[in-house]
Amino acid sequence: MSVLVYIIKRILNAIPILFIVSLISFFIIRLSPIDPLSELKLNPAISPQTLEAEKIRLGLDLPLYKQYLRWGGNFLKGDLGVSTSGELVADRLKERIPNTLLLTGITIILTWLVGIPLGIYAALNWRKPADRIITVFTSIGMAVPSFFYALLLLVLAVKTGWFPIGGLTSFNFSQMNLFHKIFDIIHHLFLPVLVLFTLSLAGLQRQMRGNLLDVLESDYIKLARAKGLSENKVIYKHAVRNAINPMVTLIGFEFAGLLSGAALTEYVFQYPGLGRLVLEAVMKSDINLVMASLMIGSIMLVIGNLIADILLKIVDPRVTME
Amino acid sequence: MTVTKIKINRNPIKQILKDKFAFVSLIVLFGLYISVVFANFFAVYPENFSDRNMSYAPPSKIYVITPEGKFSKPYTYNYKRTFNPETFSNDYKTDRSQRYYIKFFAKGFEYKFLGLIKTNRHLIGLDNEKGRLYLLGADINGRDNFSRLLFGGQISLTIGFLALFISFPIGLLYGGISGYVGGITDNVMMRFAEAIMSIPSFYLLIILAALLPANMTSTQRFTLIIVILAFIGWAGFARVVRGMVLSIKNLEFIESAKSIGASSFRIITKHILPQTASYVLVAITLSVPGFILGESGLSFLGLGIQQPDASWGNMLKEAQEYTNILYRPWLLTPGYLIFVTILSFNLIGDTIRDVLDPKSYGR
Repeated sequence: MSVLVYIIKRILNAIPILFIVSLISFFIIRLSPIDPLSELKLNPAISPQTLEAEKIRLGLDLPLYKQYLRWGGNFLKGDLGVSTSGELVADRLKERIPNTLLLTGITIILTWLVGIPLGIYAALNWRKPADRIITVFTSIGMAVPSFFYALLLLVLAVKTGWFPIGGLTSFNFSQMNLFHKIFDIIHHLFLPVLVLFTLSLAGLQRQMRGNLLDVLESDYIKLARAKGLSENKVIYKHAVRNAINPMVTLIGFEFAGLLSGAALTEYVFQYPGLGRLVLEAVMKSDINLVMASLMIGSIMLVIGNLIADILLKIVDPRVTME
Repeated sequence: MTVTKIKINRNPIKQILKDKFAFVSLIVLFGLYISVVFANFFAVYPENFSDRNMSYAPPSKIYVITPEGKFSKPYTYNYKRTFNPETFSNDYKTDRSQRYYIKFFAKGFEYKFLGLIKTNRHLIGLDNEKGRLYLLGADINGRDNFSRLLFGGQISLTIGFLALFISFPIGLLYGGISGYVGGITDNVMMRFAEAIMSIPSFYLLIILAALLPANMTSTQRFTLIIVILAFIGWAGFARVVRGMVLSIKNLEFIESAKSIGASSFRIITKHILPQTASYVLVAITLSVPGFILGESGLSFLGLGIQQPDASWGNMLKEAQEYTNILYRPWLLTPGYLIFVTILSFNLIGDTIRDVLDPKSYGR
C-alpha cells in the first residue's frame, strides 16, 4: 500500500516539473528571433493552405500566453504539428524514440552486467594492483570525448570493414528472416553501444566500489564476521545487497547522461535516434520538431527517474519522500 | 580483511603532489596552459595564415642526416603538390631541390608578447620565407595544424574556467538561499532546478547555441557560449549545495549567529557556504572537463566557435570525413589533446577528493 502512495506522490511531484520544462521549451524558442514559419514558407512543397492552417494552429496572431496555452493544449492532445519536411512531428518522433530507447536500454543493461561485478571486485581488492588497474582504465574511459571515440571506431570500421557504417538496419533488411534481422541490428548497434558503454561504465563501477567499501565498514558486517559467517556469505549475502540499493537511483542519472551522450554518438554513426533528430531539427530551425523533441526528451528523463525511484522503493521499503 | 595502514599527512597539497598520477597530470596541464598562453611565441604561423597550394599537406619531415650521410643542422624540404590523373587526387611529393634549415628563436610574423612587447621572434622557424614548416600537417585551407592547435587551445582550455566563474556562484547562492529559507521558496526553487535538470542537457545546449544569431562577432559568440554552458551546469550543483545547507543550518554556530542578529544573507554567505568549501573545490575540478567537452562537442557540430577562429572542437570537424581520418590522421590531433586535458583534470580532481574526504572511496 505504502508503495502505491509513494508512486502517486512521485507522479504528482513530476507534474510541476514538466510544466516548468514546457514553459522553458516554449519561451526559449518563441522569444528567439526566429520566425517559426520561415522554413515552411520557403518549402515549395508546402501548400498555402497548410501554411495558413499552421498559423492558426500555432495562434501566431494571439498574445504570447495564449499561444503557450494553445501549444500546451495541442501537445496534451498529441497534436505536435508538422515539421518543415511536411511530415507530422508525432510520426517522426514515433519512428526515432524506440531506436534511442533500444540504444540506451542495451547500454544500461550492459553497464550493470559489467560495472557491478567490476565494482565489487575492485572493492574487495581495495588498493591492490587489480583495483588500481581498473581505476586507471575507467579514468581513461571517462576522459575520451564521445565523438572522438566514435570517430576512432569509425576509422576502424572503415579500415577493416568488420562493421557496417550508419543506420540501424541493412538495405535488404525486409527480406531477411528473423534470425538474420536480429543479427543485423546487433551488428549495427555494436559500435554505438560500445561508445556509450565505455562512457558510462566508469561512473557505475566507481559508485559500486565506494558503496561496498562503505558497507564493509559498518557494524552489521563486523557482527556477521564475528558470528563466524563465511567470507562469501558476509560479502554476497549481506554487504553487496545493501551496497546495490543506492545504485538503483543511479539508473535515472545514467539515463540522463546517456540521452545526452547518445546525441553526439548518433550523429557520428548516422544512427536514426532522437538525438540526431534534434540536431537535424536545430540545423534546419524546425521549430515544431525542436520544441516537441525537447519536451519528449524531458518526459523520457522524468519517467526514467520515476521508474528508478519506484524500483528503489520496492527493493528498499524504508525510502520515503525527502 | 587486511588492515591497511595509511599515513596521515597533515598538508593536503603535499599529499596531492605525492600521488604519482596527480603529479604527472599537474605537469601536463601546466605544460598545456603555458603553451597556449605563449601561443604566439610557440606558433610557427599566425592563426589564419593559409597557403592554398598546401591543402592537406602532410607533416614536414625533419632531417638531421644529409643523403651523403653527414650530420647537419636540422632541415626540411617543401612539399610539391602533383595531380594524379588516375586517382583524381592530389599527391604530395618531397621537393628535394632546396633545403630549409630550422632555426630557433627565428624571425616570423609580428605579435605582442603577452600582449605588451612587440616582437617577431618565435621558438622555431625556417631560414627562408619560401619554406613551409608544418609540424603536424595542414588542414583543408593549408593552415598549419600545429599553430592552430595552440590558438585553438586558448579557447578550449579557458572556456571551462570562465563558465565556472558564472555557474558556481549562481549555484552556490541558489542552493544556499533555497536550503536556508526553506518552505515554499525552497519548493519552488528546487522544482525549477529539477526542471532544468530534466531537460536532456545536450539537447538544450545545441538548441540554445543554434539560436545565437549568425552575424555576431567572435567575441560575442565566445561570451554567449560561456553563458549557455554555465546556464546548463549550475542546477545539479545547486541541488547538492542545498542538501549540504540543510544539514549545516541547524548547527549551533548558526544559531549563535542568528542570536546576535546577523542577516540571513550574511549567515548564508559568511557562515554556511564556507562550510561547503571542500565539496566545492572537488566539484570545480571535476566539472571543468564537462565544460570543455560541452564546448568541443558544440564546435564539432558547427554550433560553437566558428571558423576562421580555431578551437579543438571545430578543428575536429574536418575529421568527420572518412577520407580525412584514413589518409590524414594528423587532423585527429585535437581529439587527443582534449582527451589528455580531461584525463588530467579528472585525475587531479579524484586525488583532491580522496585527500579532502578519505571516506569518499573514489566516488
